[in-house]
Amino acid sequence: MDKPVNNRAWLLVAPVFLIVAFSAIVPIMTVVNYSVQDTFGNNQFFWNGLGWFQELLDPSTELGGRFLDALWRNLLFSAIILAIEVPLGILVALSMPREGWKVAATLVVMALPLLIPWNVVGTIWQVFARADIGLAGWAINALGIDYNYTGDPLAAWITIVVMDVWHWTSLVALLCYAGLKSIPDAYYQAARIDGASRWAVFTTIQLPKMKRVLLIAVLLRFMDSFMIYTEPFVLTGGGPGNATTFLSIDLVKIALGQFDLGKAAAMSLVYNLIVLALCWVFYTVMTNTGTERRQEENPA
Amino acid sequence: MSAHMQPSSRGGTLVMVLYLAFLILPIYWLVNMSLKTNFEINTTVTLWPNDITFEHYIKIFTDASWYSGYINSLTYVALNTVISITLALPAAYAFSRYSFVGEKHLFFWLLSNRMAPPAVFALPFFNLYSAIGLFDTPWAVALAHCLFNVPLAVWILEGFMSGVPREIDETAAIDGYSFPRFFIKIFMPLIASGIGVAAFFCFMFSWVELLLARTLTASNAKPIAVTMTRTVSAAGMDWGLLAAAGVLTIIPGALVIWFVRNYIAKGFALGRV
Amino acid sequence: MASITLDGLAHTYRPDPRGPQDYALKEIDHVWRQGGAYALLGPSGCGKTTLLNIISGLVVPTRGRILFDGRDVTRLPTEARNIAQVFQFPVVYDTMSVRENLAFPLKNRRMPREAIARRVEEIASRLDLTPVLDRKASNLTADAKQKISLGRGLVREDVAAILFDEPLTVIDPHLKWQLRSSLKELHRALDLTMIYVTHDQTEALTFADTVVVMHDGAVVQTGTPEELFERPAHTFVGHFIGSPGMNVLPAQVEGRTAHVGDVAIALDRAYPALPKGERIELGVRPEFATLAAPGTGLPVTVTRIEDIGRARIARIEIAGNPAAAMVPEELSLDGDRAGLTLDPRQVHIYADGVLVPGVPAPGEAAGREGAA
Repeated sequence: MDKPVNNRAWLLVAPVFLIVAFSAIVPIMTVVNYSVQDTFGNNQFFWNGLGWFQELLDPSTELGGRFLDALWRNLLFSAIILAIEVPLGILVALSMPREGWKVAATLVVMALPLLIPWNVVGTIWQVFARADIGLAGWAINALGIDYNYTGDPLAAWITIVVMDVWHWTSLVALLCYAGLKSIPDAYYQAARIDGASRWAVFTTIQLPKMKRVLLIAVLLRFMDSFMIYTEPFVLTGGGPGNATTFLSIDLVKIALGQFDLGKAAAMSLVYNLIVLALCWVFYTVMTNTGTERRQEENPA
Repeated sequence: MSAHMQPSSRGGTLVMVLYLAFLILPIYWLVNMSLKTNFEINTTVTLWPNDITFEHYIKIFTDASWYSGYINSLTYVALNTVISITLALPAAYAFSRYSFVGEKHLFFWLLSNRMAPPAVFALPFFNLYSAIGLFDTPWAVALAHCLFNVPLAVWILEGFMSGVPREIDETAAIDGYSFPRFFIKIFMPLIASGIGVAAFFCFMFSWVELLLARTLTASNAKPIAVTMTRTVSAAGMDWGLLAAAGVLTIIPGALVIWFVRNYIAKGFALGRV
Repeated sequence: MASITLDGLAHTYRPDPRGPQDYALKEIDHVWRQGGAYALLGPSGCGKTTLLNIISGLVVPTRGRILFDGRDVTRLPTEARNIAQVFQFPVVYDTMSVRENLAFPLKNRRMPREAIARRVEEIASRLDLTPVLDRKASNLTADAKQKISLGRGLVREDVAAILFDEPLTVIDPHLKWQLRSSLKELHRALDLTMIYVTHDQTEALTFADTVVVMHDGAVVQTGTPEELFERPAHTFVGHFIGSPGMNVLPAQVEGRTAHVGDVAIALDRAYPALPKGERIELGVRPEFATLAAPGTGLPVTVTRIEDIGRARIARIEIAGNPAAAMVPEELSLDGDRAGLTLDPRQVHIYADGVLVPGVPAPGEAAGREGAA
C-alpha cells in the first residue's frame, strides 16, 4: 500500500483528534492528579507522591492484595470465556445456513443479545437463573442439583460465564461467518476434487481464511471481558463475598462507593496501562497479518 | 454465487437449533414474566402466563418517570451517532487515503480508546461534565460515549473506504469536483453501506452502555436502563415491571438489526473482510 | 484415462423450467475422446462453466447422463470421478508449502509416503516447480500458483481428464503464451484428455485440436480451428471467431445468385430448399473478400481503411450494409468508390443463423465440398 504522503490530512483528522483528546486526555490528567494526592474529605487534598502506586503494587497491603486478586480473577474469566466462545463461535459459524430466509432469521436472532443494554442482560439472567422465579434455576434444582448463584461462588462463576457466552458468542460467530463468506467457491471445489476430508477442508481452507477475523474477535472479546462491569454487577454485585469482583467492579467500588479517590486513580492508571499494553500487542499482530493478506490477490 | 458452498450438514442444523434455542430461552422467559402478575411470578414457575396481564406495560407507557427514560436514552444515542459519524467520516478518509506524520500512532491511540475501561473514566467524566455544566443532560452522555464510538466509527469507515479504488477520487478531481462536493456527492453514496454499519455500531454501543450513562445523569436525563434499577419497592422487587421494561429495551435493537441484517457480518468484521 | 460421453445432457437452475429459455444448458450430446485437447469456447453466460461443473461433478444435471468410458457417473460426487480442475483464480492452500500442496491429493487418498514423495518430485520437475518446492505457496506469483493447481491434478495417476476454467485470466499477458505452450507440451507427453474453457478465441484456437463453440446454452459448432474458420456452422461462430468477424449481410437467394440490396453475388452452390419465411443471410469472411479498383467485381463504398500492422482492412458498405474486406498491398484508391472480389467457395448462406449446406452445381467437381 503506497498511500501518498500528505500532512494536510491532519486537517481531516483534527476534529476526531480534538474530541477524543477532550474525552480521554483531560480525564486522564484528572486521574493522574488524584493518584498522587490523599484526601480526608472536604475537598482538601495532600501530596502523597507515589504512595498509592507503591501500595497498589505491593500485594502484602490491603489495596495491593485486593488489586492482584481482582486482576487474577479477571484474567481467569477472560481465559475461560475465550476458551469457550472462540471454538463455539467457529462451530456456530460453520453450521450457519448459507442461503434463503433462514440466513436473515438466524442473523437477527444471533445479533439480538448484542443489542440488549448490558444491565438488562444482567437482569435477564437474574430472572432466568434465580432458583425461586427463574426457569433455569428452578429446572436445575428440580433435577436435584443444589444451585444458588447468590450463595455459592462456583455457581456464581458458572452463571456469569454462561451469561457471557450467551451475550457474546454471536459476535465471534458473526465475525467468523464474515470470514467464511469471503472464501471463493473454487476453494471448496478444489478441495473436493483433491479428496479432502471435512476436517482437512477446515484446517487447510477455512481456518487460515478466518485467521484475521478471529484475531479481531479475540481482541474484542479479550478487551471487553477485561473491562466487564455491568452484567456481573447486576447479577451478583461482585459476590458472593468478592468471588466475582472483577477489576472494573472493584474500581467503581473504591471510586464511587468509598470515594477513595487517590487509590481509585492509581488503580485506574495501572489498569489502563495494562489494557494499553495488551491492546498494543494485539494491534501489532493484527497489522502484521494485515500486510500479509494485502499481498495476496483477493478474487471477487 | 455461493450455490456450491459446502452444504450445512445435519449435525450443523442440530448445532444451530440448540444454539438459537439457548439464545432465545432467556428472552422468552423475560417476555413470559412481563405478562404475568407479580403474584404468579412469586408463587409458581409456569411456562406461560396463567393469568395474562398487560398492567406492567400500561404502567410504563402512562408513567412519565418510566417513558421519559426511553426518550432520554434515544436522545443521547441519536446525538452520539450523529456526532460520531460526522467527525469520523473525514478522519477515516484521511487514514484510508494518505500517509501523514504520526498516522500509525494516532490510529493506534484512537483504537486504544475503544478498549479503555469505562470504569476508569466514570469519575473523571463526572468531574469534567459537572465543571462545564453539562451534567445530567443528554449531551454529557452523548459526548462521553464518543470516547469509544468515534474510534470505532473511524475504524469501520476506514475499512469500507479502503475498498473503494483510489482512481475514483482522481477521476473526480480531473472532472473538476471540489473536495467537499466530491465527498458528499460521489464518495459518500459509494460507502453508504459502510456508513449504515458504522451508525448501527454507534447506536449499539451507546444504547447498551450503562456505567457512564448512569454516572453522568441524575434525574432529568436518566436513561431507561437506569430507571430499571429502581424497581425495588416496599412490597419487594416488582419483577413483572422489571421484565416489561427489559422487553421494551430489546425492541429498538431488534428493529435496527432488521435493517442492517445483510451487512451485519461484514460490520462485525469492522469492514475488513 | 477415459473418454467422456454427454448423453442428452441439459441443465436448469430454476425449479420450474417453463421452456428452453429457462435452461442454462440446452440438450447436448457429445463425446470427448480419450487424449483429446478440447476447447470450450463461448462468451460469458453461454453455459460453458455449467457444462464444466457437470463434468467435474459439482453440479448434477437436470436431465441426461454423463459417462466415463461407458460407466454412468451422473450422480457420482466429484471426489469419486477421476478428474482434476484448474480454476479461474489460482487455488492454493495458503498455509502449505508447494510440496505439501502437491502431495495433498495423494495424502487424502492415503498413498504411501515414499510413493507420494517420488510422484511429487516427478510432477514438480515437469512443471518447473522444483526450485520453489519448499517455499510457501501463498507467496508465489499467479502463474506459479496456477501451475500448482495443475500439479495437484497431475500428481494423481488415475486422472482421466483435466478441466481448465479460464485458467489464464489472472496471468500476466507475457506469461500467458508461455504457460499455454507448456500446457500443450504436457498434453502431448501425458496422453490426457484436456478440456479448456475460455472466452478468448486465441487461447482456444492455439490450445485445442477440437473447439466446441457454445452460444446461449447450446453447442453451435464442434470442429477443428480450420473448420470453424472456413465453414462457420452458425453466424454466431462467424462473428465470434476471427478478427474482424465474418461479414453477414441480409440477402435473397435465387438459383446460384444472391441479392444483397441491388448487388448480385454469384454463388458456388445452389440452394433449392431454403426454408420460406426465415431470415436469409450471406456470410463471407473479410479474409476472403478483397478490395479492387472501381469497376472490378462488386461496387462498394469505402468508409475507412485501418492499418492493423500485418495487413490493411477496409471498412466498406455493400448496398448500404457495413462489411470489412482486405486491401491488397499494391492497391491505392482515390475517392470512396471501389470494387470487391469474393472467393465464391467461401461464401455461405445462412437461414435464421444456421448454415445451409447447398448443392454443388452439376458439372462442377462434385463432392469437392460435401454437405456437412
